[in-house]
Amino acid sequence: MLKREVVYESVLDHDFLDEIYSLPGGQEIKKCIQCGTCSGSCPQGAVMDYAPRKIFSLIRAGFRDEVLESNTIWYCSSCYTCAVRCPKEIKITDVMYALKRIAIKEGKAKKGRKAAILSNNFVRLVNKYGRNHETELMTRYILFAEPHHAFNFIPQGWKLFSNGRLPIMPHKIKNIDQLRKILKKVDELGEI
Amino acid sequence: MKYTYYPGCSVKATANLYQESIDSVTPLLGIELEELEDWNCCGATAYMSVRELMSFAISARNLALAEKHHRDIVTPCSACYLVLKKTNQYFADYPNLRKKLGQALEAGGLSYSGNTRVRHILNVIVNDVGMEKIAGLVKKKLKGLNVAPYYGCQIVRPHYYGCGADEENIDDPDNPVSMDRLIEATGATCVKYSMKTKCCGSSLMGTEEKQAMKLCMEILADAESNGAHCIVTICPLCQMNLDVYQSKVNRLFGTKFNIPVIYFTQLIGLALDRPAKELGLGRLAVKMTRPMKQILQGA
Amino acid sequence: MSERIGVYVCHCGTNIAGKVDIDEVVEFAKGLDDVTLVREYKFMCSDPGQSLIQKDIEDGLINRVVVASCSPLMHEKTFRNVCTRGGLNEYLFTMANIREQCSWVHVDVERTTDKAKDLIEAAVRRTRLQEPLTKREVPINPRTLVIGGGIAGIQAALDLADAGKNVVLVEKEPSIGGHMAKFDKTFPTLDCSACILTPKMVSVGQHENIELMSWSEVEDVGGYVGNFNVTVRKKARYVDVDLCNGCGACWEKCPGTRVPRKGNVHEKLSLGPVTSIFIPFMQAVPAIPVIDAETCIRFKNGKCGICAEVCERNAIKYDMEDELVEFEVGNIILATGFQPFDPAQIGNYGYGIFDNVLTAVEFEIMNCASGNTGGNILMADGTEPKSIGIVHCVGSRDKNYNEYCSRVCCMYALKYAHLIKEKIDAEVYDFYIDMRCFGKGYEEFYDRLLGEDVRFVRGKVAEVTEVHLEEAERGKLVVKVEDTLVGSIRRIPLDMVVLCTGLEAHETLPAVANLCNVSIGKDGFVIEKHPKLGPVATATDGVFIAGACQSPKDIPDTVAQASAASSAVLSMITREKIEIESATAEVNEDKCSGCKICNTLCPYLAIKYDEEKGVSVVNEALCKGCGTCVAGCPSNAISAKHFQNNQILAEIEGILRSSSGQAGILA
Repeated sequence: MLKREVVYESVLDHDFLDEIYSLPGGQEIKKCIQCGTCSGSCPQGAVMDYAPRKIFSLIRAGFRDEVLESNTIWYCSSCYTCAVRCPKEIKITDVMYALKRIAIKEGKAKKGRKAAILSNNFVRLVNKYGRNHETELMTRYILFAEPHHAFNFIPQGWKLFSNGRLPIMPHKIKNIDQLRKILKKVDELGEI
Repeated sequence: MKYTYYPGCSVKATANLYQESIDSVTPLLGIELEELEDWNCCGATAYMSVRELMSFAISARNLALAEKHHRDIVTPCSACYLVLKKTNQYFADYPNLRKKLGQALEAGGLSYSGNTRVRHILNVIVNDVGMEKIAGLVKKKLKGLNVAPYYGCQIVRPHYYGCGADEENIDDPDNPVSMDRLIEATGATCVKYSMKTKCCGSSLMGTEEKQAMKLCMEILADAESNGAHCIVTICPLCQMNLDVYQSKVNRLFGTKFNIPVIYFTQLIGLALDRPAKELGLGRLAVKMTRPMKQILQGA
Repeated sequence: MSERIGVYVCHCGTNIAGKVDIDEVVEFAKGLDDVTLVREYKFMCSDPGQSLIQKDIEDGLINRVVVASCSPLMHEKTFRNVCTRGGLNEYLFTMANIREQCSWVHVDVERTTDKAKDLIEAAVRRTRLQEPLTKREVPINPRTLVIGGGIAGIQAALDLADAGKNVVLVEKEPSIGGHMAKFDKTFPTLDCSACILTPKMVSVGQHENIELMSWSEVEDVGGYVGNFNVTVRKKARYVDVDLCNGCGACWEKCPGTRVPRKGNVHEKLSLGPVTSIFIPFMQAVPAIPVIDAETCIRFKNGKCGICAEVCERNAIKYDMEDELVEFEVGNIILATGFQPFDPAQIGNYGYGIFDNVLTAVEFEIMNCASGNTGGNILMADGTEPKSIGIVHCVGSRDKNYNEYCSRVCCMYALKYAHLIKEKIDAEVYDFYIDMRCFGKGYEEFYDRLLGEDVRFVRGKVAEVTEVHLEEAERGKLVVKVEDTLVGSIRRIPLDMVVLCTGLEAHETLPAVANLCNVSIGKDGFVIEKHPKLGPVATATDGVFIAGACQSPKDIPDTVAQASAASSAVLSMITREKIEIESATAEVNEDKCSGCKICNTLCPYLAIKYDEEKGVSVVNEALCKGCGTCVAGCPSNAISAKHFQNNQILAEIEGILRSSSGQAGILA
């Protein structure tokens, strides 16, 4: 959270705005007029450290760590309500994705620890099988993120299992090699 | 009417009841779905949170595989729908990204020119089959059944990726009506309520469970107070949230919701008088209620 | 008595009928003395409603009219016209306001109905005593005086002159052009200010229908609408206008200076020469210099004379004197414009203390290609700034200075941000409270600037200081501000700070307004006739306003208002004559003691003392019938037509002795 002290220009990161701006989907970010439509529309606005509007003011002013360490980006549920209502057509949800990626990459995702575990395991499964395997994903997530609360997940798991909605075995795509070649190439090319 | 079918991971697992109802009704509607060979996961919201280009790359593999068939790719999952649409849009909008995706696909022996049109199965049924035909096929008018249409978020948003839009039909991101019309075609009553496109919090259910359940509670409460016997949805993630977590919502908020949450294809199946088992209705966590069954029997 | 009064009660839909029992009121009115007929109708102001009255008059059924409906402000004119059309003198008509003063403001139906009865009885009693008055007309002089030669005055003068009407344009500076002549670019289109202004200035200078009096001031205004007598002081120029050809030899050689020396690059932030004999800028119209006697060495100690020596045409005349010119016009357009707020009043912004804190006008001139920096943005030491702060709302939206919004600062601030980004490699910080971009293309301009890497900080700057608290602030101006969008207090080190000073009414306005008898509001600007429906007229007939003398305005709004004012004048001129108020005051010369109290009381300057007769006389063309003199006269010598004492007393009696039984409802 923001510290209550005078902020000197020398501590602010004025390249942060351009960093986001240069990403695909970030082009409109400079046009933000701080109207607050996004914050008012966001179903999670009230529980975020900073609602989306303020995230944009912080990015503009160069408060890099405050943004990346906030819980805001992890509360975004990708519902795109803010994005379709934004009067300046800022792709807000895509900006949130970008912030998540930077936070995970730089180890600043403390408040998104669980989300990062979930996402990383999702990526691991997709890379392994070519598809998501919900049963394994939930097992891994519980194991790594919430081992002490495992019992919390039992009732819903049972509801799925007993109704035949939770397959035990994963499905691996036939041409997994092709997918891996594609992913390897992306690694070589580097992210965008 | 033949389409390339992209079911998505959920429909093959936790949403297998969706698949069963699709299998049951699409032939009757004259829709032929040919599953995309060896498709892979679209990446959903989680992949995009970790690696952007990779996420687009795995999504593009599906589009590239589908392009060979020169047919629309149809998916029943809102998340898959959004991701595939978004991939197409980014592919068109950002030359640098297009170039890199091309190189990545090439490494896998594939190529993509950006011409695979992505559609949601709701769009296909509403526009390609059409209300008149469906109304004509209805064997059992669902008269007296109050149905709350729940669109969720990603099928109608964001419009700049072309979501909610189809050639004949552009659905409003805040007040879509295509499923409303479908409900009316089955003879059921479409419940008017304000939460029909509000987020159910699916992507938060694992990590920020309380917040996600609060969103579910608000949707269920609004549907119930407007007299809904059941909620009808089009997305595997929404269905799981509202159905499987309903008892947990009740425990957390002290509510007594008992509202079945079914897929729109299951509703069509009921109107076409298909047996409940064939439609996968037995797999619901919240089973069909007595009043609902009575209405269906009386219909 | 042979009076036959017709009473017409209006329902006004449910506006009146919803709260007043119409049937009861009608029955009541029928019982009043001299009332011969009573009618009610849904909308008396409608065509059928008006026809009812007209027909009754034409049929000879009535010879006086009372309409009980809305406020006279709404429809007095309508019903007066009905009387005239029916052949009845319009002053035999009275309106009873049973809507705004009755049905709209009371709740209880019974008591509201009683009050309506009272108001009607009062009107009936008054009407009985009213006298017919005759309408009078005065001719209108087709010539117009325009005061102020900025873009407002230029536009108004050109519109009138192009319509073939004669205009006298009076400008107190040596050249017309006003503030617009000092600008480099204009927002939001960024077209060159001089390029769009100078053709108009030249047109003014050359127009056969415009008499341009520059370096002149209006000294006196007398008379009234259609017939004003104006006296203008043509200040001594010390240069013969007929001989001078504007060659410039004089100001090139002049050793005097009008601008105090600062000893740095910012010293001469002026467009024209800073010498004592000067033209204000190179495109001046007329391109004839003037000598500033305050700083001219010749006038101070008689020891110079260089200008006269170098002038090949012998145009320099040190013995010239001010000249008074008198003429008549029919209408006057005030276009005195604005002056920028002086930021030296705000100590915490450091203007006048720190070299690199500049006003908007200074920065404007610095950016102007014909300014002394050649359009280059430079600090006082001649180097290019690496960071510039632009501060909005300096002297505006602040009860310590001016409460109002100056309306143009946000946009010119954005223009500055753009110009800086275009010209030099500097960071620009823009400190604003609200970004007010209301005009055509303005929001789009803001959107454009948002994309130009300007660092927008929402918050009113608290102070500009040189105190440095860390190394990066050493040698810089530090702006302390709350970033209200982030919720943090920030310190931002800058090389230069530009203060976006607000607009104030020009210091010459109060005197000119006084001469023309128009009022000044508490914000210092002229009060218009109606803030919405009469924005170019004033309470004084024949005096119109254009541009920033009414309120801060941008160029498009100023030009629009100038054209509106000239079209209002044209409408007057085209009528050739103007009808003036018949309900004026008259002095009973037998009773008048000649005390002159009324002369000073009259807000319209309509009463003058007649020295020969020793009594005060009302000029009926100027009198608006307001009644101030009537109340003020210690000898009861003045009476107001249509507001005679007996008429007003009868009206009061009507309310107090009301037959309704509920006496005493006056409010």
